[in-house]
Amino acid sequence: MSVAQDAKPILVVEELNVHYDTGKGPAKAVNDVSFSLRPGERLGLIGESGSGKTTMATALMRLTRAPGRIAGGSVKLDGRDILKMSTRELRETRLRDIALIPQGAMSSLNPVMRLEEQMIDAIVAHKPGMRRAELDARVQELLKNVGLAPEVARRYPHELSGGMKQRAAMAIATSLAPKVIVADEPTSALDVVVQRQVMQTLGRLQDGLGAAVVLIGHDMGLIAQFADTVGVMYAGKLVEIGPVRQMIESPKHPYTRLLVDSLPGIEVKRELTGIPGLPPPLVDLPPGCSFNPRCPLAFDRCVRETPLLQQVAPGQSAACHLYPEHAALPPLPPMTRAHQELRP
Amino acid sequence: MTALIEMRGVTKTYGAFTALNDVTLSLSDTSPSMTAVAGESGSGKTTLARMMLGFINPSHGQVLYQGKDVARMTGAEQRQFRREVQPVFQDPFDVFNPFYRIDHVLETPVKRYKLADSESAARAMIEDALKRVGLRPQDTLGRFPHELSGGQRQRIMVARAVLLRPRLIVADEPVSMVDASLRATILDELKTLNRELGISIVYITHDLTTAFQICDNILILYRGNVSEAGAVERVIGAPKHPYSQLLVSSIPLPDLSKAWGGEEIPVSEASAARANPGCKFAPRCPHVMEMCWDNLPPKYVPDSERLATCFLYRDAPVSASDDVASVFRPPNHSITATAP
Repeated sequence: MSVAQDAKPILVVEELNVHYDTGKGPAKAVNDVSFSLRPGERLGLIGESGSGKTTMATALMRLTRAPGRIAGGSVKLDGRDILKMSTRELRETRLRDIALIPQGAMSSLNPVMRLEEQMIDAIVAHKPGMRRAELDARVQELLKNVGLAPEVARRYPHELSGGMKQRAAMAIATSLAPKVIVADEPTSALDVVVQRQVMQTLGRLQDGLGAAVVLIGHDMGLIAQFADTVGVMYAGKLVEIGPVRQMIESPKHPYTRLLVDSLPGIEVKRELTGIPGLPPPLVDLPPGCSFNPRCPLAFDRCVRETPLLQQVAPGQSAACHLYPEHAALPPLPPMTRAHQELRP
Repeated sequence: MTALIEMRGVTKTYGAFTALNDVTLSLSDTSPSMTAVAGESGSGKTTLARMMLGFINPSHGQVLYQGKDVARMTGAEQRQFRREVQPVFQDPFDVFNPFYRIDHVLETPVKRYKLADSESAARAMIEDALKRVGLRPQDTLGRFPHELSGGQRQRIMVARAVLLRPRLIVADEPVSMVDASLRATILDELKTLNRELGISIVYITHDLTTAFQICDNILILYRGNVSEAGAVERVIGAPKHPYSQLLVSSIPLPDLSKAWGGEEIPVSEASAARANPGCKFAPRCPHVMEMCWDNLPPKYVPDSERLATCFLYRDAPVSASDDVASVFRPPNHSITATAP
């Protein structure tokens, strides 16, 4: 986990917009999102279902499919905009420079091909000149890197456990030593022990390659264990981003604060509290800040004006009108059952 | 004393595969409890739940509801059992028929069990049940399943269970498909049902943090065997069995002082599949001894309010009772004093 603070960013996302066209107008699943990633950096993007995090992952790979469309912005990988590449350039760039570890590796592997054939397929598509012996050696090396035994190469996906399939997907994603790895909830279907093994393997692979990782997920605990930088998405917007320790110990955006507060620990028993209300429908966002209907600290400006990301602490930015006026954090009102009852 | 529900030496096999091995567990009829059953996939936790619900019968042993064998009930006894023991399932999408308004799923049990004398009484019951799980009846009734979020649908399933005023709710991973921000609320509602309506809850989960937060006691299964059981403060707070220790240390906590640590835990998926007559965890256990391979460890009681089936504790006394619940901590209700 060595991130050179002054290193040139490897991935720069600027004002990215992804819309789904619906009968009720466009659903803005990714709404003006900007961030950048240095080589070796681990960014965790966290959000509830419908916050736009998977849409973001597919857009970074330019895999957005109708009815979704990229409505604007740029995704620059080492200075080249993925969104403006020719089909041929794009085909060469994917896997070689930026690779995706998809959600649910079970459905991303071809059920009628042995694992080694799938791995070789991917490599040969980029390096047609490689000899069979070289390819076999490379497959063995890749399997070893993800902690799989050599004989796994001859197996079909249905002969692998969930954790092994996720490892296989990681072996394929790292086969060409990409500069950026996008991992979309890579462990959402796995048990905690296997989850830890898979995440530690991903961390080790990434360190070896010096690649940057975008880890997309909904589990703050998992993101905290893995990421250096945490970004929080709400209703298609990036509402807060900053170093992991600050995001957990002193989150600034009320949504992040409630999210962190709602996490149960295993030290003391306390009343469990959720966040009252539901995220807004993406086709019908409330005026101003999208979080204002659920925010316990909302005031008149929040309904009128959409907040922009602004620096709230060193390296930490939040899109919230409470800042910069409030240097000290206003306390959140206690969220008791009474507050949560009878909400729609 | 008759237990509310009792599993007596229950084993379930599918061909040569043992899904659950010799589990004895009794839950009190007099003090409503919240018990977690945890373990990885394939540990037998769903098998245990399905036997408690009477969906499948044990291969050996018995499941008794208020002293009556669930597999041998008369029609009337079975009707009562079906009403008083209610399931809440994992998937809040699968259980709804998309062509019916959600009212249907609430009206059916009222009719089936003749809970109300009139339409208006039925309506009042349904509205009360919805309010109990924090849903506004006027915003909920008349809607179709696709118009509601996963969290709302799961609460409707809890409301449906509540309508029947059950004695026991068996909830199999009720929040694993619900967003984190809503999870806490649904679990808190289960806790309130336990405290306010005296409903015992069996919470099947792989999430030890929520089990710790809402349950009094926990039973950890590994490949069909109980590895450790007792008060959550003991088992999750300071686990004794090497498997529970592995589970607890793998919880991704949002606390940077409790990092997973640098060393990777070895991958043992292939070797763990090797059959052995002794402790099922032996192939993965960092403390494995020669005796572990051929003998199934008994239930040692290394300290109060817990048992661990592990030879590391062979100097400790063996539990006098087969019943896992014999080491359970009596339900503690004082922690909800803050509820309005």
